[in-house]
Amino acid sequence: MAEKFELNEVEVWDGNYATSQALRQAQVDVVAAYPITPSTPIVENYGSYVANGFVDGEFVMVESEHAAMSGCIGAAAAGGRVATATSSQGFALMVETLYQASGMRLPIVLTVVNRALASPLNVRGDHSDMYLGRDSGWIQLDAFNSQEAYDLPLCAFKIGEDMSVRLPVMVHQDGFTTSHKAQNVYPLDNDVAYNFVGDYVPVDEMLDFTRPVTHGAQTEEDWHYEHKAKQHKALMDSRPVIDRVLAEFKELTGREYKRVETYMMEDAQIALVILGSSVETAILAAKQLREEEGLKVGIIAPRCIRPFPYDLIRDAIDNSSNLKAICCMDKSAPGGAMGMLFNEVSSAAYTTNTRPLISNYIYGLGGRDFAIDEAKRIMKEQKAHADAGHITTNIQQFSGLRGPKLGFYETRRS
Amino acid sequence: MVEIRWHSRAGQGAVTGAKGLGSVVATTGKQVQAYALYGSAKRGAAMNAYNRIDDNPITNHETKMYPDFVFVIDPALAFTDDITKNDKPETKYIITTHLSKDELIAKIPALQDKVERTFVVDCMQISLDTIGRTMPNTPVLGAFMKVSKLYELDFFLDNMKKVLSKFPQKIIDANMAAITRAYNEVK
Repeated sequence: MAEKFELNEVEVWDGNYATSQALRQAQVDVVAAYPITPSTPIVENYGSYVANGFVDGEFVMVESEHAAMSGCIGAAAAGGRVATATSSQGFALMVETLYQASGMRLPIVLTVVNRALASPLNVRGDHSDMYLGRDSGWIQLDAFNSQEAYDLPLCAFKIGEDMSVRLPVMVHQDGFTTSHKAQNVYPLDNDVAYNFVGDYVPVDEMLDFTRPVTHGAQTEEDWHYEHKAKQHKALMDSRPVIDRVLAEFKELTGREYKRVETYMMEDAQIALVILGSSVETAILAAKQLREEEGLKVGIIAPRCIRPFPYDLIRDAIDNSSNLKAICCMDKSAPGGAMGMLFNEVSSAAYTTNTRPLISNYIYGLGGRDFAIDEAKRIMKEQKAHADAGHITTNIQQFSGLRGPKLGFYETRRS
Repeated sequence: MVEIRWHSRAGQGAVTGAKGLGSVVATTGKQVQAYALYGSAKRGAAMNAYNRIDDNPITNHETKMYPDFVFVIDPALAFTDDITKNDKPETKYIITTHLSKDELIAKIPALQDKVERTFVVDCMQISLDTIGRTMPNTPVLGAFMKVSKLYELDFFLDNMKKVLSKFPQKIIDANMAAITRAYNEVK
């Protein structure tokens, strides 16, 4: 029986520590992990809980992130609650096994501390790794601060392990900006947290020798398509389960989360769509612009990136009768396309009645600071689009970039 | 909102100091941020740590700030870092140095119009005498209590003891002595 870890009502924790505490409270059976900046402290802290007797589960040190996720898959198929953490290059090395985990319908929780992908080598935060995972068949949730880096992993176990879901879940947080920034965190009592997550209920566990099963069988063209379609359906159908778990979490803690967070959208004329810690900075910028210039700015922040919340994005757009222009802010190098948020939000908005103007900014690559003044400048630019009735700049632009101004594509609407 | 920028070298405990300050402040019902800007910094490299303190939840994640207080906890960084970057008319400077305030200001042109806002304390000597090695992170917090009047010294010491509770009693006592001396000696 694990030792009791004493907690204060309010702690000053960074995102990494907050996440490691959530994993401890969920009483994970197996953590197989390989360290990488900036997520290292999650597994480092977890290892110390194991070594000091605060955890009953196993900590498996492996030789790479590919092996880490492979170990997680094996342990989850055997019938245990499993979690790990990674970032950036480690995440990239895990990609092959991410698809195995989701295809085998194993509810593993992967906490991802977002970091740029090389080359050039960079340890700081952007969303390249988070975006890399978006077709892997995992549910992806996004924490904007340390408190959420504690709260969302608890919800993630409950969502992934739900009998109608049984899918792996990633919980993302921003490298350094969240992972290494200590802030007030209000943890739950150990028992309250565990009871919220609940006991792990295995499905087709390999350690049940009375009922032998095969995981990850070969199917070829006869069954592969049906499996992948069913997996996609499970992802799409996880939406009400995510909503229900988040509602139960609010019931327990008073802290409310939604698949899409909206701020000041009721009367918004312009909106920013944005992810991660930048959401909070953008809210501050929007409030300042409302006070200083009476500019009605709102923020739309997808909390759930997969399954992508087309439903709630469309609600956010159609429920704002004044909405004229949206700017989608992507913190990942777009690699010869528009940013992911621009593409997803545009496709959601196309079938709304409002159909606002939509433009795209790439920002913050490799940890470039996202400044309040720059957020305000971008918001005012959207106001100019709204007043002109068309996008007055290139559709895709780059924020905070040194050197000549960079932009691509112009509108064909007038 | 109170904003603090630390100028330190990696290994001098600025991150620990910033988190310790945050932990004490959080016990009084305030909201805090403590963070640092370092990538692959090695021991001895110049770095910044930061604190934000407010009555309301802090949502600003911009790294850059216009600090209310600047702590320079390595003596040489007063000369080589841009310590007055993003200065406000009310920014106060707490600088670790063995020099007198007049001697220091005479050598640093950027401080010459900020005489009333500049405070000096020798955190290096204080920590050598009390803790036994140069560890300027806790003494500077004593100086900060004096200059900012944020909390009474005794209140701060009591709460700091809790933050340091995982350390042996000898180290806690030495840190308390360092904080107290810096509180009394800052000019």
